[in-house]
Amino acid sequence: MLQINGRSFGLWLTIVVAAGLGCNSNSGTAAAKTKGPVNLLNVSYDPTRELWKELNKAYTPQFEKEFGQPLTIEQSHGGSASQARLIIEGLKADVATLSIWTDTDALRKNGLLKEGWENSLPNKSLPYTSTVVFVVRKGNPKEIKDWKDLTKPDVKVVTPSPKTSGNGRLSLLAAWGSVVLNGGSEEQAVELLTKMYKNVPILDSGARGATMTFAQKGIGDVHLAMESEAYLEIAESKGALEIVYPPQSILHEPQVAVVDAVVDEKGTRAAAEAYLKFLYTPEAQEIIAKHYYRPTDPAVIAKIAGKFPEIKLFPITDIVANWEAAQVKFFADGALFDSFYAKN
Amino acid sequence: MASHRVLPGFRLSLSYAIAYLSVLVLIPLAACLTKASSLTTSQFVAAVWSAQARSAYLVTFGSSAVAGVIDTVLGLLLAWVFVRYDFPFKRLLDSLIDLPFALPTAVAGLVYSSLYSQNGWLGQFLVPAGIKLAYSQAAIVFVLVFIGLPFVVRTVQPVLESIDADIEEAAACLGANRWQTFTRILLPSLYPALTTGFALTFARAIGEYGSVVFVSANIPFETQIAPHLIVQKLEDFKYAEASAVAVVLLVASFAMLIVINALERRSEAANSSAN
Repeated sequence: MLQINGRSFGLWLTIVVAAGLGCNSNSGTAAAKTKGPVNLLNVSYDPTRELWKELNKAYTPQFEKEFGQPLTIEQSHGGSASQARLIIEGLKADVATLSIWTDTDALRKNGLLKEGWENSLPNKSLPYTSTVVFVVRKGNPKEIKDWKDLTKPDVKVVTPSPKTSGNGRLSLLAAWGSVVLNGGSEEQAVELLTKMYKNVPILDSGARGATMTFAQKGIGDVHLAMESEAYLEIAESKGALEIVYPPQSILHEPQVAVVDAVVDEKGTRAAAEAYLKFLYTPEAQEIIAKHYYRPTDPAVIAKIAGKFPEIKLFPITDIVANWEAAQVKFFADGALFDSFYAKN
Repeated sequence: MASHRVLPGFRLSLSYAIAYLSVLVLIPLAACLTKASSLTTSQFVAAVWSAQARSAYLVTFGSSAVAGVIDTVLGLLLAWVFVRYDFPFKRLLDSLIDLPFALPTAVAGLVYSSLYSQNGWLGQFLVPAGIKLAYSQAAIVFVLVFIGLPFVVRTVQPVLESIDADIEEAAACLGANRWQTFTRILLPSLYPALTTGFALTFARAIGEYGSVVFVSANIPFETQIAPHLIVQKLEDFKYAEASAVAVVLLVASFAMLIVINALERRSEAANSSAN
């Protein structure tokens, strides 16, 4: 066993403290704002990889023409909440393009975003929206058309855990809304959700995991997927899967934000703001539509009319005051979702 | 105590050892404790002792213990075969044992789940027959067995090598039957190595996350493991509560290791007094 005498204890303490000081001393790296190259880091959620790749490629030459500086944009992808956590823990993201309001607002709570960040860009900081749709096996053998069909005893539903996935949360809220927004009571909504989650054989942690479970491992009859992810899934499956649009679903609002604390430290505010404003241009909006996200510019919406079936999309505020309230009511420990699994 | 060594530098080497240990192990552990201690007692209890958390501990510790036992038996058998017999490709097989050390555990989980899920090579025959080896508790045990196997083999093997085969012959000459030779002669000397192997496997399994997420269905009260609870709390930005669960796991596995260490020492003492 280790025997620590006074002197060696003192020595190791000195080493540890010195190491600690060393780490702290190199924080003053506020980049000089000259005409040098600009680096932006866009921290986003999981399935937007391909979308941002194309948007970045389209934007880089425009920026270089306008600002006269070379631009590189790096992307980081992962679960929305874990990406938010990375930024909070010090990842220098110039822009955060996360999936769920709660995750972006967590940045504000940690002093990285200014109050009222939602309104600093047009259209509540929403360059695009999306929704949750059904992906079913070819020919839809279980005849799944509406949310209530997910409660049939012989239907297996694949959806990620609402505890860890934005897609999971949106699926739950969409199912809830299908009851309470059509004259149903909250009790009936609880009943639908309880039965629906009884039909979920695997609660994957993230959206991509659920896609793998459904598309590659062949588990389940229906996958509650984000619309953009659903089209990717269909394309990959070469005819084995198809999309079913329920009569109504939830409006997914993945807001974008400039991370104030980071851009002020790095001196990249102008570039970051210009980058996000680009998303609202017709060019960017068309790229967005191409990747099966729903553009928000009326002219582009008119131009692509018919691409997305007209279904009723309700914002989360139709069923609960805001995301914080949704967290408390549905997803927090001991809240509604946990009660589906509670042993009586 | 350290003054009469041939090689100098006790203080320096100990200091470096402790400094590195601090940076790598002690400081992160302390940070974990500090974070968890920002909770009040009732918050701490609520975080770590909910019905869901208790069942997750049960799944984690239960499957780790089962995997540990299976590994101990299997590992002993494998070590025995490698030490006592010669056969073609022995060296190759012997090095294969270490594969779980080198393979990213996520790969193991991924391979296992794609083999045994209903579309997989084996799953396509097993699932229709009602044998569900993926996304069940059995699946969790199975990957933990895979992850832990080399620990037992590699702790038992050298001890077994040091036991001369002559001892077995002597026992036989003195009239012991095969079972007696095994239980009275071999097992007592292997006991410390076996407990160490079990302890290592068990401790490793408690913290295992990468492989298990791929094969566990993550259903609360059925196949949700405790490390997943930590991830779940982190995703909800509840750092302190996540650390609290981590502290419980740490204390539990530490206590377990101490108990097993004590057992091991006792059996070593018993052995040396018997000899």
